[in-house]
Amino acid sequence: MPKIKLAENTIQIIKDICAEFDNNEGELINVLHKVQDKLGYLPAEVQEVIAKGLNTSVAKVYGVVTFYSYFTMIPRGEFPISICMGTACYVRGAEQVLSEFKRQLKVDVGESTPDGMFSINCLRCVGACGLAPVVNVGDKVYGRVAPTQVKEIIAEYRKGCDSDNVKSA
Amino acid sequence: MTDYRMHILICGGTGCKASESNEIKEKFNHFISEFDLEDEVQVLFTGCFGFCEKGPIIKVLPDNTFYVSVAAKDIEEIVKEHILKGRPVKRLLYKEPVSGEVISESQDMDFYKKQIRIALRNCGFINPENIEEYISRDGYMALGKCLSEYTPEETTNIIKDSGLRGRGGGGFPTGLKWEITRKVESDQKYVVCNADEGDPGAFMDRSILEGDPHSVIEAMAICGYCIGADTGLVYIRAEYPLAIERLKTAIKQAEEYGLLGDKILGADFNFKIELRYGAGAFVCGEETALIHSMEGLRGEPTVKPPFPSVSGYMEKPTNVNNVETFANIPVIINKGAAWFSKIGTDKSKGTKVFALAGKINNVGLIEVPMGTTLREVIYDIGGGIKDGKEFKAVQTGGPSGGCLTKDFLDTPIDYENLLSAGSMMGSGGMIVMDEDDCMVSIAKFYLEFTLEESCGKCNPCRIGNKRLFEILDKVTEGKGTLEDIDKLKVLSDVIKDTSLCGLGQSSPNPVLSTIANFEDEYLSHVEEGKCPAGQCKSLVRYDILEDVCNGCTLCFRNCPVGAITGERRTPHFIDQSLCIKCGVCYDKCKFNAITVN
Ligand SMILES: Cc1cc2nc3c(=O)[nH]c(=O)nc-3n(C[C@H](O)[C@H](O)[C@H](O)COP(=O)(O)O)c2cc1C
Ligand code: SF4
Ligand code: SF4
Ligand code: FES
Repeated sequence: MPKIKLAENTIQIIKDICAEFDNNEGELINVLHKVQDKLGYLPAEVQEVIAKGLNTSVAKVYGVVTFYSYFTMIPRGEFPISICMGTACYVRGAEQVLSEFKRQLKVDVGESTPDGMFSINCLRCVGACGLAPVVNVGDKVYGRVAPTQVKEIIAEYRKGCDSDNVKSA
Repeated sequence: MTDYRMHILICGGTGCKASESNEIKEKFNHFISEFDLEDEVQVLFTGCFGFCEKGPIIKVLPDNTFYVSVAAKDIEEIVKEHILKGRPVKRLLYKEPVSGEVISESQDMDFYKKQIRIALRNCGFINPENIEEYISRDGYMALGKCLSEYTPEETTNIIKDSGLRGRGGGGFPTGLKWEITRKVESDQKYVVCNADEGDPGAFMDRSILEGDPHSVIEAMAICGYCIGADTGLVYIRAEYPLAIERLKTAIKQAEEYGLLGDKILGADFNFKIELRYGAGAFVCGEETALIHSMEGLRGEPTVKPPFPSVSGYMEKPTNVNNVETFANIPVIINKGAAWFSKIGTDKSKGTKVFALAGKINNVGLIEVPMGTTLREVIYDIGGGIKDGKEFKAVQTGGPSGGCLTKDFLDTPIDYENLLSAGSMMGSGGMIVMDEDDCMVSIAKFYLEFTLEESCGKCNPCRIGNKRLFEILDKVTEGKGTLEDIDKLKVLSDVIKDTSLCGLGQSSPNPVLSTIANFEDEYLSHVEEGKCPAGQCKSLVRYDILEDVCNGCTLCFRNCPVGAITGERRTPHFIDQSLCIKCGVCYDKCKFNAITVN
C-alpha cells in the first residue's frame, strides 16, 4: 500500500481526539471509534498518530484495529453496501444476493469499486430479520431483496450521482 | 398517558423503522394537524411489538386496535375513518390465515395467545424515550422497594429463590452469581450488562434496549445495591445505533429524576451507568473477552478461574449479566420469587425470549414460558412453515447450538432438554428451516462464522475449525469421502475438548448435530454426489422440460446472466456453461417447467 501523507489538520483532529480521552491507553477502542467516525477509515498512518497520542506501541493499535471487524483500514465507497449474512437472511437467500452484487460491481467483499462509489461488506443480523434478506446502502435499508433487484438498486445510486442530486448516505 | 383522547403507537423497532415507520409518523402528524387534533391525539414511537413479519405495526389506544402492514399511504384513511369517526379500517386489521377471522385486538391473535411477556412487558406499550411512562407501569418501584425495605442480602435471596438463570446462554443461577460477587471483599466493584448480542440472526437484547431501556437500568442499580457496586457498565455493539441512543436518553432521564447518581431515593446508595462500545467481535460476548475489550485490549478470553465475580474489570469483582436477565429483575422484586418460580419447568423458571426467524410465517420476537414445546412455538405462534413447505429443522443456540429435527418438536423448551437433544438454549436465536435448506451448507455457514470470529488464541479453535470448514466445503462440492465424515466427527471432539473458551468448546456443535440428525444428507453428497435440497451449487443443474415449457419468456427475462435462450411460445433452453445456478428461473417459472437435479 502506498504511503499516505496525512494533512496537518487531519493529524490535529486525531491528536485532539486522543486528548479528549486524556491520552489514556485504556480508551484506545473509544478513540478508534471516534477517529473512524471522523475520517471514515483507519490506515496505518493514522494508527501511528494514535499510538503516539496514547503513548503506546503501533503494534498494539494495529492489533486492536485488525481484531475488531468494525474497524477498517481501507476507505469505504461513497455508498457502502452492506449485505446481512445473519442466519435468518442466509436461509432466505442472502448468499445469492451477495454474489449478484459481487458480479454486478466486479469487486469482492471488503473492496471498493475503482471509481470509489460502492464498496461491499457483510454484516451479521441488523435486527430486521422479518425483512430478510436485508441489504443496507448507507443508512437506507432494503428488505426482501431478490437477486433480480440488485441491478435496480445499484442503478438508483448511479443515476442519483449523474444528476448531481446525491442522497446523503 | 393522560389528557389525550387517543394514542397512536407506532413500532419504532429497527425492523419497522427499516420499512417506512418514520414516514408513517410524519404522515400522522401531518393529518392530525390538518384536522386540528393535536390536543386530542398523541402519536409516538414505541418498542418492537414482536410481530415483525407484518410490520410496520400500529396500535391505537384506548380502542386497542392492532393494524398490520401499514404503509404511509394508509394514514389518511386511518385518521379520517378511525380517529375522526371511530370506524376501524378493516382492511388493515390482522386476518388469521387459517380461520380467516379478522382480529382487531392483539391479545386475540394466535401469535400472542401462548406468550407470557415478562422481559418484554413494556415493549410496544410505552414510549421508551419517556421515563414517566415507564414509571406509570410500576417502573423504579422495585428499586425503591429494595432500598427502603430489603437489605442487599434479602434482595439477593429473592432473586435466588425465584430460580432465575442467566439468559445469555450459560444458564447460571443469577442470584447465586450476585451472592458470590457480594461476598468478595473489595473497595470497588462493577456491574456489567452484556449487550453484545453476537448470535447472527438474533435481536432479543436489542429489542429490549430499544423498547424498554429503563428496565435494564433499574435492574443494574438493584444489582449494584446487592453486590455493593457504585458503577455499572453496558457493553453494547456499535452496530446498534438506535439502542445506544435510547439507552443514553434513558440514563440521562434517570439521572434527572434522581434514580441514578448519589443518594438514590434518599438512601445511602450511589450508582452511575456508563456505556462501552463493542466493535464487532462475536467472541467479545464471552465475559472475560468482554472485560478485556472494555479495558481497551483485543477481546481475547482468559482462563477461568478467576471468575469475573472475583477478578473482572480492572481486576475488581465484576458481575456480568445479560440484558434479558436484567429485564426480568424488577418484575421478580415486585411480584415476588414465588410468583416467578411458578412459571416454567422444574429447573428452568420463568420465560425465554426468542427471535423467531427463517422459513416461518410469523417472523418476530416472542416470549414464552419455559416448557413450551417447539411445536407450539413453530406452529401455533409462528404460524407454520412459509409457502406450505415441509418443516425440516430448527436451529437454536446460534453458532454454538445445533439443528433439531421433527422428532424433537414435542420437546418442552428448557436448558436441560435442549442440551440433551444436542443443541442448547443459547441467547434466543431460533431459525426454522424447510426442505430447501441443505444441512451440510448450514453447518458450513456456521463454521465460516466461527472461523472468522475465533480470536486465534488456541490452536484447536483457530486451525481445527478451519480444517472442519475445508472438509465441509469439499463435501458441498461433491468431492467428499466417507472417511471425511469420520474425520469431521473426530476433529470436532478434539476441538471441543481442547479449546479454552465457550466459542471453541461449542463451535463444532452445528457439525455434530447435523451429522447426528441428517447423516443421510451427508451420505447423499458423498456417495451419490447429490444435494437433496438442491442448494449446493456445484451439485445442481437447472434444466427446462421441453414438453412442459410453453415459452412464456419469463425466465429468459429474469436470468441475470442471459443463460436462457428461446423464441416466444417455443420451449426455452439453458446454456449450462453460462448458468451461475442462481435459481431465479426456477423460482419464476409458473408452470413447473424447470427442474433441479
Ligand atoms: C463465544 C461466546 C459468546 C457469548 N456471547 C454472549 C452474548 O452475545 N450475550 C450474552 O449476554 N452472553 C454471551 N455469552 C455468555 C457470557 O459469557 C456470559 O455467560 C453471560 O453474559 C452471563 O450473563 P447471564 O448469566 O445473565 O447469562 C457468550 C459466551 C461465549 C462463550
Ligand atoms: S477457543 Fe477459540 S475463541 Fe476461545 S480463546 Fe480459544 S481461540 Fe479464542
Ligand atoms: S418461465 Fe417456465 S414456461 Fe416460461 S419460458 Fe421459462 S421455462 Fe418456459
Ligand atoms: S439475519 Fe439479517 S437481519 Fe437478522
